[in-house]
Amino acid sequence: MRKKKWKNLKEAAIKAFFFTCGILAILVLIGIFLTLLLTAIPAFREIKISEFLTSTHWDPTSPEKAEYGLLSMIVSTLMVTVGAMLLAVPIGIGVAAYLSDVAHWRVREILKPVIEILAGIPSVVVGFLGLVLFGPAIAKIFHTGNGLNAVNGSVLLAIMSLPTIISISEDSLNAVPRAYSEASLALGASPWQTLFRVKLPAALSGIIAACMLGMGRAIGETMTVLMVTGNARAFPHGFLNSVRTMTANIAIELGEVPYFTTHYYALFAIGLVLFIMTFAVNLAADVVLRKYQEREQ
Amino acid sequence: MKPAARKKIIQVIGFLALRAAMFLVLAILLLFLYDIGKKGGGVISWEFLSQAPRRGMTEGGIFPAIFGTFLVTVITAVLSVPLGMCAAIYLNEYAKQTGLTRLIRLSIRNLSGVPSIVYGLFGVILFVNVLRFGTSVLSAGLTLGLMTLPWTITASEEALKTIPNAYREGALALGATKWQMIRTNVLPYAVPGMLTGTVLGLARAAGETAPILFTGAAFYLPFLPKSLGDQFMALPYHLYIMATQHHAILQVRPLAYGTALVLIVLVLGMNMTAVVVRYRLRRKQR
Repeated sequence: MRKKKWKNLKEAAIKAFFFTCGILAILVLIGIFLTLLLTAIPAFREIKISEFLTSTHWDPTSPEKAEYGLLSMIVSTLMVTVGAMLLAVPIGIGVAAYLSDVAHWRVREILKPVIEILAGIPSVVVGFLGLVLFGPAIAKIFHTGNGLNAVNGSVLLAIMSLPTIISISEDSLNAVPRAYSEASLALGASPWQTLFRVKLPAALSGIIAACMLGMGRAIGETMTVLMVTGNARAFPHGFLNSVRTMTANIAIELGEVPYFTTHYYALFAIGLVLFIMTFAVNLAADVVLRKYQEREQ
Repeated sequence: MKPAARKKIIQVIGFLALRAAMFLVLAILLLFLYDIGKKGGGVISWEFLSQAPRRGMTEGGIFPAIFGTFLVTVITAVLSVPLGMCAAIYLNEYAKQTGLTRLIRLSIRNLSGVPSIVYGLFGVILFVNVLRFGTSVLSAGLTLGLMTLPWTITASEEALKTIPNAYREGALALGATKWQMIRTNVLPYAVPGMLTGTVLGLARAAGETAPILFTGAAFYLPFLPKSLGDQFMALPYHLYIMATQHHAILQVRPLAYGTALVLIVLVLGMNMTAVVVRYRLRRKQR
């Protein structure tokens, strides 16, 4: 009898241990949010929140008056992200449609790992290639000085978000019931019409989620944009301007700033803005994807 | 034009566009690999791999960076792999479909979307300042460990899902407790798959730069880290410096290419090993 009690206790302890590990994910997520929030709050003892979010001047080390306006960087981040999506969404959906509808299954078995290779290239390597390959090319095409601008950043971010968009879009295209395409073909639609008017609309929510997840990656990407966008602090007026994103600004300035100064806290405030933006995008993607999967089941 | 002919032409052009998209992506990948292979290949020598940088990093090799990346990845694995496996065991073997479980899964998916530089900020506060590990290889490794956690959990759970329920029921029917069942009838078959899945996450961690920028990576160190409290050189950070921060960027461009080649071979090598092993395992299980 006692032995059984001991056994139950042991089982409960083991379960509690695994439960602790499981719950850790929630704790880390809350921990990140609280850490950013608590470290960002002291910044607003000296900076007005309205100035932080609406001023375009960021000059924390100015000898006269330190300025903390985030707007130029928010716009820069959105610019390279939108540029990246304009390139990556059509190409990504095209590749996903190719893999699900055009490619022979043997070709597909080869190409899918190849796209995983693209996903595996470290961002700093992509940034380096943007610097040495795309920079000079962009400078030549658009007759700009060095090719380090928002266009270059957009191209690289598009490449970095493609694997995400492709793999999730392809999954959702494959999840469209075969009866849909069979019905469409039987009614006399061509394979192209079937793909374009039946399968793509049926898989749309999954594809939208895929694009949003790709967008989340683009917003948060640091090294590639840091290396190829030129990092000028001025408000950007076009895609051929040099821009500095929020991520790049943290990477540039956190190394030089003394700990526990307003500037230091302000960088964590940028981190908080970044966290909230990516969190919102990912959560929205998640909601779309779950709804879609529930409907499928 | 007859509608039928028009339909046909649109179809031909449409499918051609899809092929072109695929071709473009392949071309970019090949261009990347070819450029790095060609220009980096000439730099690789035993000297480059085994020696430290010399003369303000304009000559010599990258051994300290290779060693540093190896060391920090080991620390990442020590934190992330056991925790990720245990979390996956909880989710797949113990957890019931409750609100809390759904919240855990939601957190995991969201953690994998948190920007890597935000993990860096978190590491600066938690490991460097609060836990007083300083800017060190330990802080950097633990930061990367947290970043890889969602990937290790997901990969481990995938491996657990491949174990047929009959294995579990067999053990339970013979009177085994839950833990006895997991230990004898689930883990022995799942662990190889769990480990290969986690290697994919570790490969990504080894190539990451942003999280280690402020938690321990050093511009240049004349010696290897002697303890976990020391700073370290890392391949991705070294490449970043050689590409953008060095005082003679064009002069050291070949060394940057060499570093990029070593990094990419390391990361893709880990990736491919894991993919091949996973493929073999799946075939064996069938």
